[in-house]
Amino acid sequence: MTGRGLVVALPYLWLLMFFVVPFVIVLKISFSDVDLAIPPYKPLLEWVGKNSLAIKLNFNNYAFLFTDSLYLRAFWNSIRVAFISTLLCLAIGYPMAYGIARARPALRNVLLLLVILPFWTSLLLRVYAWIGLFKANGVINNILLSLGLIHEPLTMLFTPFAMYVGIVYSYLPFLILPLYANLEKMDWQLLEAAEDLGCRPWQAFYKITLPLSRNGILAGCMLVFIPTVGEFVIPVLLGGPNALMIGRVLWDEFFSNRAWPVASAVAILLLILLVPFMMWYQNVQARESAGAR
Amino acid sequence: MTTSAGSVVKAQPWNDPSARPYVQIERISKAFGDFKAVDDVSLKIYKGEIFCLLGASGCGKTTLLRMLGGFETPTSGRIFIDGEDMTDVPPYERPVNMMFQSYALFPHMDVEHNVAFGLKQDRIARAEIQERVATMLDLVKMTDFAKRKPHQLSGGQRQRVALARSLVKRPKLLLLDEPLGALDKKLREHTQFELISLQDKLGVTFIVVTHDQEEAMTLASRIGVMNHGEIVQAGTPSEIYEFPGSKFVADFVGSVNMFEGKLIEDEPEYVRIHSAEMGGTIYVSHGISAPPEATVWAAVRPEKIFMSTTAPEGSTDNLVRGAVQDIAYLGDLSIYLVKLPTGKIVRVTQPNTSRHAEAISWEQQVYLSWDATSPVVVTR
Repeated sequence: MTGRGLVVALPYLWLLMFFVVPFVIVLKISFSDVDLAIPPYKPLLEWVGKNSLAIKLNFNNYAFLFTDSLYLRAFWNSIRVAFISTLLCLAIGYPMAYGIARARPALRNVLLLLVILPFWTSLLLRVYAWIGLFKANGVINNILLSLGLIHEPLTMLFTPFAMYVGIVYSYLPFLILPLYANLEKMDWQLLEAAEDLGCRPWQAFYKITLPLSRNGILAGCMLVFIPTVGEFVIPVLLGGPNALMIGRVLWDEFFSNRAWPVASAVAILLLILLVPFMMWYQNVQARESAGAR
Repeated sequence: MTTSAGSVVKAQPWNDPSARPYVQIERISKAFGDFKAVDDVSLKIYKGEIFCLLGASGCGKTTLLRMLGGFETPTSGRIFIDGEDMTDVPPYERPVNMMFQSYALFPHMDVEHNVAFGLKQDRIARAEIQERVATMLDLVKMTDFAKRKPHQLSGGQRQRVALARSLVKRPKLLLLDEPLGALDKKLREHTQFELISLQDKLGVTFIVVTHDQEEAMTLASRIGVMNHGEIVQAGTPSEIYEFPGSKFVADFVGSVNMFEGKLIEDEPEYVRIHSAEMGGTIYVSHGISAPPEATVWAAVRPEKIFMSTTAPEGSTDNLVRGAVQDIAYLGDLSIYLVKLPTGKIVRVTQPNTSRHAEAISWEQQVYLSWDATSPVVVTR
């Protein structure tokens, strides 16, 4: 094998080992029967008789997901939460990305650094910090109480509010960075040209900036939406027991019920659900790097 | 020099004190921090003119143009267009359009939509928009490219689209920022004449910013030469070229031989200057206003110097001897650099009218002379 072939082969080998093989294992488990054994499922292939090998595919795990409304509700809820979080991230992140892109070049790097700074701490620690802020005798409640603005502590922890704050806070950089990369390339003279031709500043934004940053918006939204659908940590720690997300259902099936086949089916279904979005994202990325508008 | 549009313009409203200026710039200044980009500029521009702001980069010409477009607010002074005070009117409400140096075409719209953009903004009826866009595209010969996106066009085609887009709203005033800067030389010359004929057809007043003096000469009815934020001189191309008011203008517009000297005779009909730099005396057949013994500069254009191998007869004024140091053959003309005994290098251009002319060669001793009407005497 030539050196060049090796360079190409290496990442593919990596993907094969750590992505394709695990995926095939999960796919296999999703078609098997539950068993009281270690591991807790029966093999797909079985010797029946002397010289015949039987393959047994059990579709019940998938069928089960559609009979109990819990799973569909969890799927639906995950998509809803991911969608709302994405919109919130966009509403907060667009002005930020725009502001950074239009700042003085020297200031831009500082602002970008501030956006990336949270990544220097573990996600888990940052989510725990939010618990400290939100809990009944947490920082926010104590300040509000001592100011006399409220007389009993507000329930913030284990509410959808806390969960959305956690998700938006954690995923905001993923939206800002691709959007900034897009806006940074923008020719601001186009806005002057639009104003010259009769646009008020907000019209120029709507007719020029927004359509030209479309790829950045899509890329950023996909980067928030795709991982949020399967998000587990934040809903559990901040959203409380009522936050029914698919990531959590998967966890429960796997670790509490030891129903590996059903958990695998959930995982496969989640993947199927997200593949179109991932493909869309790839497409947007390809267009963006090709420079076409 | 190329033909000047100035000679085509019939009326010369700037010489008529009763004529009403169309664009009036009154003592405009613009400072960015401590830096004065535009310093107390006053100008009167008349309807139908092509007025060129000419200057080196950083002289404030673009800032002045941007103030006319409404993209910069003057620090002081006022701008009137067609009698209305426009100083504080935002760009989207000015009857002015601008053609940007980068063209600033909207990359996500095709040619047709780019041109229609401004009309749509004014909520004009669809049928009329279509008609006006079609007429405009026809005028700039871009009808066949109406459905193309800007990145599918050549530089010259983009320039036409930008022009169509800025003219389709029928502005009272069109501002052009280095309109031909991005084009190659051949295309630029061709486009200059197209621009003039288009302007003539539409009657829109143009203000053009350029750093290219040849372009300014070709396009302009009048030129305003700018330096350090000020208008140093404004006049028709031939006035600027033949009667520069200062060393800077003489030097900036075209090339010139500048002889520093002292005024030794100052009469109403003539002056005589002794120039140590030249090593002789210069006789000029017009009077100037300067104190006696003052230091002045006589500017002689290279094409107005006669060169011969034998001494011309007559006066010893306006005559000097030197050795040819360098020759540049440009086809239509040749440039000779002649070194005087004083060390001064004089630039002479001669048209190559004959294919077999007796050539003057390197190191040859030549006599340089010029008419008494040729030098321009400037005092600053």
